[in-house]
Amino acid sequence: MVELRDAVVLIGGFPLLSGVNLELTAGSLTVVTGANGAGKTSLLRLLGGLVSLSSGHGVVSGIDLKTGDLRELRRRVGWLGHEGSFYDDLSVTENLTFAAKALARPIEGIDTVLDRVGLSSRAATTAKQLSAGQRRRLGLAWLLLRRPETWLLDEPYASLDDDGRAFFDELIGDVVSAGATVVVSAHDPLRSETLAPRTLTLAGGLVVSDDA
Amino acid sequence: MIRTALLVAGKDLRIERRSRVLLWQVLPFGVTGLLLCGLALGPTHAGHSSAAPGLFYLVMLLVALLMINRSQVIEGSVGTKTSVATLGLDPAGVFLGKSLALAVELWLTGIVLLAGSVLFLHTALSGTLIALPSVVVTLGALAAAGSLYGALTGGGQGPATLLPMLSLPAFAPLLIAGERSFSAALHHGSIWRWWVISLVALVAYLAVGILLYGVLEES
Repeated sequence: MVELRDAVVLIGGFPLLSGVNLELTAGSLTVVTGANGAGKTSLLRLLGGLVSLSSGHGVVSGIDLKTGDLRELRRRVGWLGHEGSFYDDLSVTENLTFAAKALARPIEGIDTVLDRVGLSSRAATTAKQLSAGQRRRLGLAWLLLRRPETWLLDEPYASLDDDGRAFFDELIGDVVSAGATVVVSAHDPLRSETLAPRTLTLAGGLVVSDDA
Repeated sequence: MIRTALLVAGKDLRIERRSRVLLWQVLPFGVTGLLLCGLALGPTHAGHSSAAPGLFYLVMLLVALLMINRSQVIEGSVGTKTSVATLGLDPAGVFLGKSLALAVELWLTGIVLLAGSVLFLHTALSGTLIALPSVVVTLGALAAAGSLYGALTGGGQGPATLLPMLSLPAFAPLLIAGERSFSAALHHGSIWRWWVISLVALVAYLAVGILLYGVLEES
Protein backbone atom coordinates (compact mmCIF):
# COMPACT_ATOMS: atom_id res chain seq x y z
CA MET A 1 0.00 0.00 0.00
CA VAL A 2 1.38 3.40 -1.02
CA GLU A 3 0.02 6.82 -0.14
CA LEU A 4 1.56 10.18 -1.05
CA ARG A 5 0.01 13.57 -0.40
CA ASP A 6 1.66 16.75 -1.73
CA ALA A 7 4.98 14.90 -1.72
CA VAL A 8 7.93 17.19 -2.43
CA VAL A 9 11.54 16.05 -2.85
CA LEU A 10 14.25 18.69 -2.97
CA ILE A 11 17.90 17.92 -3.69
CA GLY A 12 20.20 20.88 -3.16
CA GLY A 13 17.16 23.16 -3.24
CA PHE A 14 16.13 21.85 -6.68
CA PRO A 15 12.68 20.23 -6.77
CA LEU A 16 12.71 16.69 -8.19
CA LEU A 17 9.10 16.11 -7.15
CA SER A 18 6.87 19.14 -6.70
CA GLY A 19 3.76 17.90 -4.92
CA VAL A 20 2.79 14.39 -5.98
CA ASN A 21 -0.50 12.85 -4.83
CA LEU A 22 -0.81 9.11 -5.24
CA GLU A 23 -2.55 6.05 -3.81
CA LEU A 24 -1.59 2.50 -4.79
CA THR A 25 -3.13 -0.64 -3.39
CA ALA A 26 -1.56 -4.05 -2.83
CA GLY A 27 -1.71 -6.27 -5.90
CA SER A 28 -1.60 -3.36 -8.33
CA LEU A 29 0.59 -2.49 -11.30
CA THR A 30 1.36 1.15 -12.05
CA VAL A 31 3.46 2.46 -14.91
CA VAL A 32 5.02 5.89 -14.48
CA THR A 33 5.85 7.58 -17.77
CA GLY A 34 7.32 10.91 -18.75
CA ALA A 35 10.23 12.57 -20.50
CA ASN A 36 13.80 12.57 -19.17
CA GLY A 37 13.95 14.59 -15.94
CA ALA A 38 10.19 14.35 -15.37
CA GLY A 39 10.77 12.77 -11.95
CA LYS A 40 10.10 9.08 -12.68
CA THR A 41 13.23 7.71 -10.98
CA SER A 42 12.89 10.24 -8.14
CA LEU A 43 9.38 8.98 -7.46
CA LEU A 44 10.59 5.39 -7.36
CA ARG A 45 13.49 6.33 -5.08
CA LEU A 46 11.09 8.14 -2.76
CA LEU A 47 8.84 5.07 -2.58
CA GLY A 48 11.90 2.95 -1.77
CA GLY A 49 13.08 5.18 1.07
CA LEU A 50 16.18 6.01 -0.95
CA VAL A 51 15.63 9.79 -0.89
CA SER A 52 14.06 11.84 1.89
CA LEU A 53 10.65 13.39 1.70
CA SER A 54 11.24 17.16 1.97
CA SER A 55 7.61 18.08 2.66
CA GLY A 56 4.17 16.58 2.39
CA HIS A 57 3.06 13.20 3.66
CA GLY A 58 3.87 9.67 2.57
CA VAL A 59 3.36 6.09 3.76
CA VAL A 60 4.78 3.01 2.01
CA SER A 61 4.22 -0.52 3.35
CA GLY A 62 2.99 0.98 6.60
CA ILE A 63 6.11 3.08 7.14
CA ASP A 64 5.89 6.87 7.31
CA LEU A 65 8.40 8.42 4.89
CA LYS A 66 9.11 11.31 7.26
CA THR A 67 9.16 9.76 10.70
CA GLY A 68 9.49 6.01 10.02
CA ASP A 69 12.52 3.74 9.80
CA LEU A 70 13.66 4.10 6.17
CA ARG A 71 16.18 1.27 6.59
CA GLU A 72 13.27 -1.06 7.43
CA LEU A 73 11.33 0.30 4.45
CA ARG A 74 14.26 -0.54 2.15
CA ARG A 75 14.12 -4.13 3.33
CA ARG A 76 10.49 -4.30 2.20
CA VAL A 77 11.05 -2.96 -1.32
CA GLY A 78 12.93 -4.43 -4.24
CA TRP A 79 14.79 -2.24 -6.73
CA LEU A 80 15.72 -3.09 -10.29
CA GLY A 81 17.67 -0.37 -12.08
CA HIS A 82 18.23 -0.26 -15.82
CA GLU A 83 22.00 0.10 -15.31
CA GLY A 84 22.42 -3.18 -13.41
CA SER A 85 21.79 -4.06 -9.82
CA PHE A 86 24.54 -6.46 -8.82
CA TYR A 87 28.31 -7.03 -8.70
CA ASP A 88 29.82 -7.41 -12.18
CA ASP A 89 32.81 -9.50 -11.06
CA LEU A 90 30.71 -12.07 -9.19
CA SER A 91 29.01 -14.95 -10.94
CA VAL A 92 25.23 -15.22 -11.22
CA THR A 93 25.13 -17.72 -8.34
CA GLU A 94 27.55 -15.71 -6.20
CA ASN A 95 25.45 -12.57 -6.61
CA LEU A 96 22.32 -14.42 -5.53
CA THR A 97 24.13 -16.15 -2.68
CA PHE A 98 25.30 -12.76 -1.40
CA ALA A 99 21.73 -11.43 -1.47
CA ALA A 100 20.32 -14.58 0.16
CA LYS A 101 22.87 -14.53 2.97
CA ALA A 102 22.38 -10.81 3.53
CA LEU A 103 18.67 -11.46 3.99
CA ALA A 104 19.24 -14.65 6.00
CA ARG A 105 17.32 -16.62 3.37
CA PRO A 106 18.15 -20.26 2.55
CA ILE A 107 20.46 -20.47 -0.46
CA GLU A 108 18.65 -23.64 -1.60
CA GLY A 109 16.06 -21.39 -3.25
CA ILE A 110 18.61 -20.05 -5.72
CA ASP A 111 18.30 -22.94 -8.18
CA THR A 112 14.53 -22.56 -8.31
CA VAL A 113 14.81 -18.84 -8.95
CA LEU A 114 17.41 -19.36 -11.68
CA ASP A 115 15.07 -21.86 -13.37
CA ARG A 116 12.23 -19.34 -13.15
CA VAL A 117 14.20 -16.60 -14.92
CA GLY A 118 15.90 -18.97 -17.37
CA LEU A 119 19.47 -18.45 -16.20
CA SER A 120 20.29 -21.96 -14.95
CA SER A 121 22.76 -22.53 -17.77
CA ARG A 122 24.59 -19.27 -16.94
CA ALA A 123 24.87 -19.87 -13.19
CA ALA A 124 28.69 -19.80 -13.18
CA THR A 125 29.00 -16.86 -15.59
CA THR A 126 30.12 -13.50 -14.18
CA ALA A 127 27.49 -10.78 -14.39
CA LYS A 128 29.61 -8.64 -16.70
CA GLN A 129 29.63 -11.44 -19.29
CA LEU A 130 25.83 -11.51 -19.52
CA SER A 131 23.86 -9.81 -22.28
CA ALA A 132 21.60 -6.86 -21.44
CA GLY A 133 18.54 -9.09 -21.34
CA GLN A 134 20.25 -11.69 -19.16
CA ARG A 135 21.45 -8.96 -16.77
CA ARG A 136 17.85 -7.84 -16.43
CA ARG A 137 16.84 -11.43 -15.70
CA LEU A 138 19.53 -11.63 -13.02
CA GLY A 139 18.07 -8.48 -11.47
CA LEU A 140 14.68 -10.17 -11.46
CA ALA A 141 16.17 -13.30 -9.89
CA TRP A 142 17.60 -11.10 -7.12
CA LEU A 143 14.08 -9.72 -6.53
CA LEU A 144 12.38 -13.12 -6.71
CA LEU A 145 14.77 -14.40 -4.08
CA ARG A 146 13.82 -11.49 -1.85
CA ARG A 147 10.06 -11.52 -2.47
CA PRO A 148 9.58 -7.84 -1.51
CA GLU A 149 6.19 -6.29 -0.79
CA THR A 150 6.82 -3.47 -3.25
CA TRP A 151 8.66 -3.85 -6.56
CA LEU A 152 10.25 -0.71 -7.99
CA LEU A 153 11.42 -1.30 -11.56
CA ASP A 154 13.31 1.60 -13.16
CA GLU A 155 12.96 1.33 -16.94
CA PRO A 156 13.12 -2.47 -16.97
CA TYR A 157 12.15 -2.72 -20.64
CA ALA A 158 15.06 -0.65 -21.93
CA SER A 159 17.08 -2.57 -24.57
CA LEU A 160 14.95 -5.72 -24.27
CA ASP A 161 13.80 -7.66 -27.33
CA ASP A 162 10.21 -8.91 -27.78
CA ASP A 163 10.90 -12.20 -25.99
CA GLY A 164 12.44 -10.36 -23.08
CA ARG A 165 9.48 -7.98 -22.84
CA ALA A 166 7.02 -10.89 -22.94
CA PHE A 167 8.97 -12.66 -20.19
CA PHE A 168 8.92 -9.52 -18.06
CA ASP A 169 5.18 -9.05 -18.63
CA GLU A 170 4.46 -12.63 -17.59
CA LEU A 171 6.56 -12.40 -14.46
CA ILE A 172 5.15 -9.03 -13.44
CA GLY A 173 1.66 -10.42 -13.94
CA ASP A 174 2.45 -13.32 -11.60
CA VAL A 175 3.92 -11.02 -8.97
CA VAL A 176 0.91 -8.68 -9.06
CA SER A 177 -1.44 -11.65 -8.81
CA ALA A 178 0.46 -12.75 -5.72
CA GLY A 179 -0.37 -9.43 -4.05
CA ALA A 180 2.74 -7.32 -4.56
CA THR A 181 2.61 -3.63 -5.44
CA VAL A 182 4.59 -3.07 -8.64
CA VAL A 183 5.65 0.35 -9.90
CA VAL A 184 7.41 0.52 -13.27
CA SER A 185 9.00 3.59 -14.80
CA ALA A 186 9.11 3.79 -18.60
CA HIS A 187 9.52 6.43 -21.27
CA ASP A 188 6.36 5.35 -23.05
CA PRO A 189 3.06 3.79 -21.96
CA LEU A 190 3.29 0.02 -21.61
CA ARG A 191 2.37 -1.93 -24.76
CA SER A 192 1.39 -5.26 -23.29
CA GLU A 193 -1.02 -7.92 -24.41
CA THR A 194 -1.33 -9.43 -20.96
CA LEU A 195 -1.14 -6.51 -18.53
CA ALA A 196 -3.50 -3.60 -18.05
CA PRO A 197 -1.66 -1.23 -15.76
CA ARG A 198 -2.66 2.11 -14.37
CA THR A 199 -0.57 4.77 -16.13
CA LEU A 200 0.67 7.96 -14.49
CA THR A 201 2.39 10.63 -16.56
CA LEU A 202 4.87 12.94 -14.85
CA ALA A 203 6.18 16.28 -16.07
CA GLY A 204 8.32 18.67 -14.07
CA GLY A 205 7.95 16.58 -10.93
CA LEU A 206 4.14 16.66 -11.04
CA VAL A 207 1.53 14.08 -12.03
CA VAL A 208 -0.07 15.59 -15.14
CA SER A 209 -2.29 12.65 -16.06
CA ASP A 210 -3.63 9.56 -14.32
CA ASP A 211 -5.76 7.03 -16.17
CA ALA A 212 -7.02 5.37 -12.97
CA MET B 1 27.18 -7.24 12.71
CA ILE B 2 29.91 -9.89 12.57
CA ARG B 3 27.87 -11.97 10.10
CA THR B 4 27.48 -8.96 7.81
CA ALA B 5 31.18 -8.13 8.19
CA LEU B 6 32.25 -11.63 7.11
CA LEU B 7 29.77 -11.58 4.23
CA VAL B 8 31.01 -8.22 2.91
CA ALA B 9 34.69 -9.08 3.43
CA GLY B 10 34.23 -12.40 1.61
CA LYS B 11 32.49 -10.64 -1.27
CA ASP B 12 35.18 -7.94 -1.58
CA LEU B 13 38.04 -10.46 -1.46
CA ARG B 14 36.33 -12.73 -4.00
CA ILE B 15 35.93 -9.78 -6.38
CA GLU B 16 39.59 -8.83 -5.92
CA ARG B 17 40.75 -12.40 -6.50
CA ARG B 18 38.73 -12.58 -9.69
CA SER B 19 39.58 -9.15 -11.09
CA ARG B 20 43.31 -9.53 -10.20
CA VAL B 21 43.69 -5.75 -9.90
CA LEU B 22 45.76 -6.23 -6.73
CA LEU B 23 48.05 -8.78 -8.34
CA TRP B 24 48.65 -7.16 -11.72
CA GLN B 25 48.27 -3.46 -10.99
CA VAL B 26 48.74 -2.53 -7.34
CA LEU B 27 51.58 -4.89 -6.39
CA PRO B 28 53.77 -4.04 -9.42
CA PHE B 29 53.19 -0.35 -8.67
CA GLY B 30 54.34 -0.83 -5.06
CA VAL B 31 57.39 -2.90 -5.98
CA THR B 32 58.38 -0.38 -8.65
CA GLY B 33 57.99 2.41 -6.09
CA LEU B 34 60.33 0.65 -3.66
CA LEU B 35 62.83 -0.07 -6.44
CA LEU B 36 62.86 3.61 -7.39
CA CYS B 37 63.38 4.55 -3.73
CA GLY B 38 66.37 2.20 -3.60
CA LEU B 39 67.78 3.72 -6.79
CA ALA B 40 67.22 7.24 -5.43
CA LEU B 41 69.16 6.42 -2.28
CA GLY B 42 71.99 4.92 -4.34
CA PRO B 43 73.92 1.71 -3.70
CA THR B 44 76.27 3.32 -1.16
CA HIS B 45 73.61 4.68 1.14
CA ALA B 46 70.76 2.21 0.78
CA GLY B 47 71.99 -0.26 3.38
CA HIS B 48 72.84 2.41 5.93
CA SER B 49 70.10 4.95 5.41
CA SER B 50 67.66 5.68 8.23
CA ALA B 51 65.15 6.63 5.52
CA ALA B 52 64.28 3.02 4.62
CA PRO B 53 61.37 2.56 7.10
CA GLY B 54 59.88 5.91 6.08
CA LEU B 55 60.20 5.06 2.39
CA PHE B 56 58.53 1.68 3.01
CA TYR B 57 55.55 3.39 4.67
CA LEU B 58 55.44 6.11 2.01
CA VAL B 59 55.08 3.46 -0.70
CA MET B 60 52.56 1.56 1.46
CA LEU B 61 50.52 4.76 1.78
CA LEU B 62 50.43 5.28 -1.99
CA VAL B 63 49.42 1.65 -2.47
CA ALA B 64 46.79 2.00 0.27
CA LEU B 65 45.26 5.02 -1.46
CA LEU B 66 44.82 2.96 -4.64
CA MET B 67 43.29 0.10 -2.66
CA ILE B 68 40.92 2.34 -0.70
CA ASN B 69 39.64 3.85 -3.93
CA ARG B 70 39.30 0.38 -5.44
CA SER B 71 37.45 -0.86 -2.35
CA GLN B 72 34.78 1.79 -2.94
CA VAL B 73 34.69 1.42 -6.73
CA ILE B 74 33.84 -2.29 -6.55
CA GLU B 75 30.51 -1.34 -5.01
CA GLY B 76 29.64 -0.67 -8.63
CA SER B 77 27.07 1.50 -10.34
CA VAL B 78 24.37 3.62 -8.75
CA GLY B 79 21.97 0.76 -9.52
CA THR B 80 24.10 -1.72 -7.58
CA LYS B 81 24.42 0.63 -4.62
CA THR B 82 20.68 1.21 -4.65
CA SER B 83 19.93 -2.48 -4.91
CA VAL B 84 22.35 -3.37 -2.10
CA ALA B 85 20.87 -0.57 0.01
CA THR B 86 17.53 -2.40 -0.19
CA LEU B 87 19.14 -5.46 1.43
CA GLY B 88 19.21 -3.45 4.67
CA LEU B 89 22.73 -4.52 5.65
CA ASP B 90 23.95 -3.31 9.04
CA PRO B 91 26.26 -0.34 8.22
CA ALA B 92 28.60 -1.18 11.10
CA GLY B 93 28.98 -4.67 9.66
CA VAL B 94 29.58 -3.26 6.17
CA PHE B 95 32.30 -0.98 7.56
CA LEU B 96 33.97 -3.82 9.44
CA GLY B 97 33.76 -6.08 6.38
CA LYS B 98 35.26 -3.54 4.03
CA SER B 99 37.98 -2.74 6.58
CA LEU B 100 38.78 -6.43 7.03
CA ALA B 101 39.02 -7.05 3.28
CA LEU B 102 41.19 -3.95 2.85
CA ALA B 103 43.39 -5.03 5.78
CA VAL B 104 43.92 -8.49 4.26
CA GLU B 105 44.92 -6.90 0.95
CA LEU B 106 47.27 -4.47 2.71
CA TRP B 107 48.83 -7.26 4.78
CA LEU B 108 49.52 -9.32 1.68
CA THR B 109 50.99 -6.31 -0.08
CA GLY B 110 52.93 -5.37 3.06
CA ILE B 111 54.62 -8.79 3.16
CA VAL B 112 55.72 -8.42 -0.47
CA LEU B 113 56.94 -4.87 0.10
CA LEU B 114 58.79 -5.84 3.28
CA ALA B 115 60.64 -8.40 1.22
CA GLY B 116 61.17 -5.66 -1.34
CA SER B 117 62.63 -3.35 1.29
CA VAL B 118 65.14 -6.07 2.23
CA LEU B 119 66.06 -6.42 -1.44
CA PHE B 120 66.00 -2.83 -2.65
CA LEU B 121 66.58 -0.76 0.52
CA HIS B 122 68.86 -3.37 2.13
CA THR B 123 67.07 -3.35 5.50
CA ALA B 124 68.31 -6.06 7.85
CA LEU B 125 66.19 -9.21 7.60
CA SER B 126 66.13 -9.80 11.38
CA GLY B 127 65.03 -6.23 12.11
CA THR B 128 62.42 -6.42 9.36
CA LEU B 129 60.95 -9.57 10.90
CA ILE B 130 60.88 -7.96 14.35
CA ALA B 131 58.95 -5.03 12.83
CA LEU B 132 56.30 -7.38 11.41
CA PRO B 133 53.78 -7.16 14.34
CA SER B 134 53.85 -3.37 14.27
CA VAL B 135 53.45 -3.38 10.47
CA VAL B 136 50.40 -5.66 10.82
CA VAL B 137 48.73 -3.38 13.37
CA THR B 138 49.64 -0.16 11.52
CA LEU B 139 48.27 -1.47 8.22
CA GLY B 140 45.13 -2.65 10.03
CA ALA B 141 44.62 0.87 11.36
CA LEU B 142 45.30 2.26 7.87
CA ALA B 143 42.57 -0.05 6.51
CA ALA B 144 40.04 1.07 9.13
CA ALA B 145 40.80 4.77 8.58
CA GLY B 146 40.84 4.21 4.82
CA SER B 147 37.39 2.58 4.76
CA LEU B 148 36.01 5.48 6.75
CA TYR B 149 37.58 8.18 4.59
CA GLY B 150 36.82 6.27 1.40
CA ALA B 151 33.11 6.48 2.21
CA LEU B 152 33.51 10.10 3.33
CA THR B 153 35.11 11.19 0.06
CA GLY B 154 32.35 9.98 -2.20
CA GLY B 155 32.78 6.26 -2.48
CA GLY B 156 35.27 6.28 -5.33
CA GLN B 157 33.22 8.79 -7.31
CA GLY B 158 34.60 11.98 -5.77
CA PRO B 159 37.58 13.95 -7.05
CA ALA B 160 40.71 11.75 -7.20
CA THR B 161 42.76 14.07 -4.99
CA LEU B 162 40.12 14.43 -2.27
CA LEU B 163 40.98 11.19 -0.47
CA PRO B 164 44.73 11.85 0.00
CA MET B 165 44.11 15.49 0.98
CA LEU B 166 41.34 14.76 3.46
CA SER B 167 42.80 11.63 4.99
CA LEU B 168 46.27 13.07 5.63
CA PRO B 169 45.53 14.07 9.26
CA ALA B 170 44.25 10.53 9.94
CA PHE B 171 47.11 8.75 8.16
CA ALA B 172 50.01 10.94 9.39
CA PRO B 173 50.07 9.60 13.00
CA LEU B 174 49.94 6.05 11.65
CA LEU B 175 52.86 6.67 9.30
CA ILE B 176 54.91 8.26 12.09
CA ALA B 177 54.16 5.46 14.56
CA GLY B 178 54.82 2.78 11.93
CA GLU B 179 58.08 4.37 10.80
CA ARG B 180 59.29 4.81 14.40
CA SER B 181 58.61 1.20 15.36
CA PHE B 182 60.20 -0.10 12.13
CA SER B 183 63.27 2.06 12.80
CA ALA B 184 63.41 0.85 16.41
CA ALA B 185 63.26 -2.77 15.19
CA LEU B 186 66.12 -2.16 12.76
CA HIS B 187 68.26 -0.48 15.40
CA HIS B 188 67.50 -2.92 18.24
CA GLY B 189 65.28 -0.47 20.13
CA SER B 190 61.92 -1.13 21.71
CA ILE B 191 59.11 -1.23 19.18
CA TRP B 192 56.33 -1.46 21.74
CA ARG B 193 55.83 2.24 22.55
CA TRP B 194 55.03 3.05 18.93
CA TRP B 195 53.22 -0.24 18.43
CA VAL B 196 50.78 0.75 21.19
CA ILE B 197 50.09 4.06 19.41
CA SER B 198 49.17 2.16 16.25
CA LEU B 199 47.00 -0.20 18.29
CA VAL B 200 45.15 2.68 19.98
CA ALA B 201 44.63 4.29 16.56
CA LEU B 202 43.26 0.99 15.20
CA VAL B 203 40.73 0.71 18.04
CA ALA B 204 39.78 4.40 17.72
CA TYR B 205 39.20 4.23 13.95
CA LEU B 206 37.20 1.02 14.28
CA ALA B 207 35.01 2.60 16.96
CA VAL B 208 34.45 5.77 14.93
CA GLY B 209 33.70 3.74 11.81
CA ILE B 210 31.18 1.51 13.58
CA LEU B 211 29.41 4.59 14.91
CA LEU B 212 29.54 6.83 11.82
CA TYR B 213 29.60 4.62 8.71
CA GLY B 214 25.80 4.50 8.54
CA VAL B 215 25.62 8.30 8.64
CA LEU B 216 28.21 8.55 5.85
CA GLU B 217 26.29 6.06 3.72
CA GLU B 218 23.05 7.98 4.17
CA SER B 219 24.70 11.27 3.21
